[in-house]
Amino acid sequence: MSELFSIFIGLALINNIVLVQFLGLCPVLGVSKKLGPAVNMGLAVTLVIFISSALAWLANNYILVPLQAEYLHLIIYLLIIGSMVQILEILLKRTNEKLYKSFGLYLALIATNCAVIGVLLLNANESYNFIESLVAALGAGAGFTLVMALMSGIREKLELSNIPKAMKGLPVIFITAALLALAFSGFAGMLF
Amino acid sequence: MSGFAKEFKKGIVISNPVFVLALSLCPVLAVTNTLDKAIGMSGAFALVIIASNLIISLMRKMIPDIVRILVFIIIIATFVSIVEMLFQAYIPTIYSALGIYLSLLAVNCLILGRAEAFASKNKVSDSLADALGMSIGFCLALILISFFRELLGKGGITIFGNELFTLPVLGDHPISVFGMSIGAFLVMGLLVAFFKWIGVIKDV
Repeated sequence: MSELFSIFIGLALINNIVLVQFLGLCPVLGVSKKLGPAVNMGLAVTLVIFISSALAWLANNYILVPLQAEYLHLIIYLLIIGSMVQILEILLKRTNEKLYKSFGLYLALIATNCAVIGVLLLNANESYNFIESLVAALGAGAGFTLVMALMSGIREKLELSNIPKAMKGLPVIFITAALLALAFSGFAGMLF
Repeated sequence: MSGFAKEFKKGIVISNPVFVLALSLCPVLAVTNTLDKAIGMSGAFALVIIASNLIISLMRKMIPDIVRILVFIIIIATFVSIVEMLFQAYIPTIYSALGIYLSLLAVNCLILGRAEAFASKNKVSDSLADALGMSIGFCLALILISFFRELLGKGGITIFGNELFTLPVLGDHPISVFGMSIGAFLVMGLLVAFFKWIGVIKDV
């Protein structure tokens, strides 16, 4: 149990997927202008990471390894994520119109989000078992959602502040991310 | 030939993939803590984008519009797998240092973006020029970022085992934070701000 907990905390805080491993930076830099959509995006990514890492584990251990075709895992993972996102989009549209509207365009964008494929590759690299990879998926999703929420909250305030001309736009967001990463590096001492 | 030169130059300064377009930042920030890794990643990037732009441009009339993104992803992922195996066989130290970021080239927004926005609409020679320009722009940006990060984070510059020089004080007491993710964000932010200040980048 404590092992599962340390996997979760490890991916959510200590080796935070966005600030330490640089996965899924595009939505953090691009999408996170308002708190609401940012959290929605985070939850959608968490859902996709969770389901696709389950499918990827099954595909890896029951199809690729017996056939000795591990070198194909990148292509298989991309197909799993792509079709997962498509199915999720159709299901949500049929069952929960309101939730579908609130996810909007972001759902399709997740298909090329490096956070999702990154977690699947990390799971395969660490050769986690089924439960461990699910916990890792949840941890990564929680870390991603946390950073999305923090970043969008800070950016709402940044709109009001007086920033030097050259620093406006992208540079100040990078500096903000650097300070957030500095804060998160404090979690490094939490390893147990 | 002027078309070729124009597409080639565009990628280096005017729409530099890293500093201006701000695409494909995962590999840029993750592998720039040493120059070796930056050069290895630039090589992999160049191989993948040139090969995939070439193939996609050749096949642009055959790919049905409705499934084009999926086809692009499969083509790119194939080349990424090939490059991965080449690196694993010939330069294993760089391969293991790059880790999952090499595989992540498959979902690189820049490569996919060039396939969608350029190679699928233009003729082969222009697509090749575009890929070459983008590769050089990407490589220069990575070398610039990793130069500062290695200089401050390690106190000297070492390329593929050959020590070029070591700074007097920093050599003994490097600012190791520049080797971590904080340094990546900080150097990137300051460089973009610098380019905006001297007017190379107009609006981001």
